Amino acid sequence: MHRIHILIAMDAHTISQGARSIKDAMSRELALAGLADEVRVVETGSLGIYDKGVVLVVFPDGVYYVGVKMEDVSEIISEHLIKGRIVERLHYLDIPTEEATMGDKSARIGKQVRVVLKNAGVIDPESIEEYIAHDGYEALGKALTEMKPEQVMEEVKASGMQGRGGAFFPTGVKWGFAAREKSDEKYIICNADEGEPGTFKDRLILEGDPHAVIEGMALAGFAVGAHQGYVYIRGEYRMSINRMQKAIEQARKHGLLGKNIFGSSFSFDLDIREGAGAYICGEETALIESIEGKRGEPRNKPPFPPSVGLWGKPTIVNNVETLANVPQIILKGAKWYRSMGTENSPGTKVFTMVGNINNPGLIEVPMGITLREIIYDIGHGIPEGKEFLLAQLGGTTGGILTREHLDLPLAVDSLRNAGAGMGSGALLVVDDSQCIVDLVKTFVEFFVHESCGICTLCREGNGRLLEILERMSDGKGKQDDLRLMEELANAMLRGAFCGLGQAAPIPILGCLRYFRSEFEQHLQGACRAGKCELHAENEAAA
Amino acid sequence: MKTLSDLRAIKEKAKKEMAAREQSAKYRIVVAMGTCGIAAGARTVMSAILDEISKRNIANAVVTQTGCLGFCDQEPLIQIIQTDKNVTTTYGKIDSETARKIIYEHVMNDRVVSNHVFMHQ
Amino acid sequence: MPDLNKIDKIIKSYENTRTPLIYILKDVQKEYGLLSDEILTRVAKKTAIPLSEIYGVATFYSLFTTTAKGKHIVRCCNNAPCHVKGSKEVLDHIKSYLGVETGETTADGSFTLEFTSCLGLCAVAPVMMVDNEVYGNLTPEKAVAILKDYKMKGTSNA
Repeated sequence: MHRIHILIAMDAHTISQGARSIKDAMSRELALAGLADEVRVVETGSLGIYDKGVVLVVFPDGVYYVGVKMEDVSEIISEHLIKGRIVERLHYLDIPTEEATMGDKSARIGKQVRVVLKNAGVIDPESIEEYIAHDGYEALGKALTEMKPEQVMEEVKASGMQGRGGAFFPTGVKWGFAAREKSDEKYIICNADEGEPGTFKDRLILEGDPHAVIEGMALAGFAVGAHQGYVYIRGEYRMSINRMQKAIEQARKHGLLGKNIFGSSFSFDLDIREGAGAYICGEETALIESIEGKRGEPRNKPPFPPSVGLWGKPTIVNNVETLANVPQIILKGAKWYRSMGTENSPGTKVFTMVGNINNPGLIEVPMGITLREIIYDIGHGIPEGKEFLLAQLGGTTGGILTREHLDLPLAVDSLRNAGAGMGSGALLVVDDSQCIVDLVKTFVEFFVHESCGICTLCREGNGRLLEILERMSDGKGKQDDLRLMEELANAMLRGAFCGLGQAAPIPILGCLRYFRSEFEQHLQGACRAGKCELHAENEAAA
Repeated sequence: MKTLSDLRAIKEKAKKEMAAREQSAKYRIVVAMGTCGIAAGARTVMSAILDEISKRNIANAVVTQTGCLGFCDQEPLIQIIQTDKNVTTTYGKIDSETARKIIYEHVMNDRVVSNHVFMHQ
Repeated sequence: MPDLNKIDKIIKSYENTRTPLIYILKDVQKEYGLLSDEILTRVAKKTAIPLSEIYGVATFYSLFTTTAKGKHIVRCCNNAPCHVKGSKEVLDHIKSYLGVETGETTADGSFTLEFTSCLGLCAVAPVMMVDNEVYGNLTPEKAVAILKDYKMKGTSNA
């Protein structure tokens, strides 16, 4: 019907350069040339090329023209569209990837590599047939008919994949601990208690590709010798629970869960356990307590769950994203997996971009990408002309990164050196209209709400920190408060019972380190951002 | 299912069925129905689409759903896939009114509603 | 005094599930709207789990409640990603519209206002959850309009 499509970028930049009138002129001249039925002009968002004036692409050739002016329109039509000759003067060749010829998607997809998310948004998650049509359950079939459990485990070990829940412990090594335990019962648990603020990667996988998680769990079960698994999903994730339930039933019906899968001697089944609203249950031993029907309070470690876990039996607890990676590692091999990411952090990582960013959302990129690439290239920068103030990576317990870290490669080791961590992959971008004291207060409010209360340092420590921050944002802070906060935070860091209490002070100490002067300003009765209503007691005195 | 070849048989059958389904209708309309989509109003968009299709007696389109595509800020998102040409147009920030317009303009009359196009490939 | 016999039936339906306490409490709360002392006592008697342990669980998880709540539960997120997108203003408007603070129920019993931790919808922040429905891209006006809708539906049903 239409022989040629012309995509013309319409973003704030190109519009300011006259993209609209060029589009109108293009349509007008096409009609005059009698090409209106053959050529379609389509508006699109940014094509990912900036500072080059008006940008358009001619399909199916995929030829990019930049800096297009009114007087160029008729030349493009007569030369390129009618005679098939590219107008070299305007031709733009610096297109980074093949995907760049796909319109606006290039700006957001160009740097992405979709492994874990390959099916999300592509298949109907409620259809096992569509998953199978996209190579689903091939890895499980291959493992059960051609491989030994040790080989499956070795492949995962060789891939170097590290757990995507936030601790980045090598998955294959963890499996090895449980595999060597002699026990009549072992369990595989999928930790889908996603609750780290700013994180929604697991929700997206559970909602978009639940069978990948089931297949990953069955492979883990085969590798360590477990026959029962549990998917622990937080109660608030209604859709994830429903989709997973449907997927489990379909897999059972097809004999992909149950007895003697693929005619082998391996049997494996799955059940869902719902959380009831407690952030702490994302901690693996608290999660196990919760499955056992108790308060979700963390256990002492050691012993670790691979030795003593659910109902006292060897148990593997893996994150959703980790498990969803497993089928492809088995199918395509450790070497393929290692071809992505960095030497010490292989593979891809799913990040969620949230906060003050133009394109919030979810991306899957190779490990080692920089903060600048994520925020400015993929995320299109900070809205409303504001400036970048800080980023918090890994959720509310994550470390603070500032302008000086923009070019730091995001990999496990480089982040550790900067005093931060990848955590859950949540990237909270904060602009300069936000107040640091107000922001830190929000962090601490979260911890006060979510502390399980079992240890004094976390329960009382967060409570006292909140008191200090509240009086500071009321303009009633005391001169000694910063020292007191640091002392409390350091005590929690060293002495809290579990990962939550130990990690809670990390962003607070980070903010104190990089933005100390702003805290000091509050003590002097000034809030840069104007978020705090300071009722300074010394006002009357002044 | 007992063997790998059973799995392959299902795979081939599913692939054929998907292809047949895609060819049976000129347009496949995919609504992103993740929680983010629903939070942004995907359910009303879905019912508007179904309503418009039945009201206008459109026979050459099928409606399916998928999970979140990762562009949550553009939700509600819908994709119109022209199956014979394998052209996918993704529309972002749709409300029920725009959805009805897209059904009328794009699905019935082959006109892309350009001011709501998020990507085109 | 509510009919507590339904509790026995719920407990029986989980006799093949290992450690089902949380499931039992969820179903019981769905049936009775809250987990009162007399309800928990009955659960303890039937499951042979100590009442202290059951009470501990019922007060640990935020989706459980031991006091009566409004007809609709409004859960607002004010975690950092929502906060930097203006959730505080949304919450303030909801508070003044409903005339309650977080944790309280309106005088007419139609709404209970609560905090929720992150719902993972940060790309459409700020968000809130009303019963089991989620709403994103909120502005103060939009949030109040949604609650007005619930209120209208509520009175027409009554």
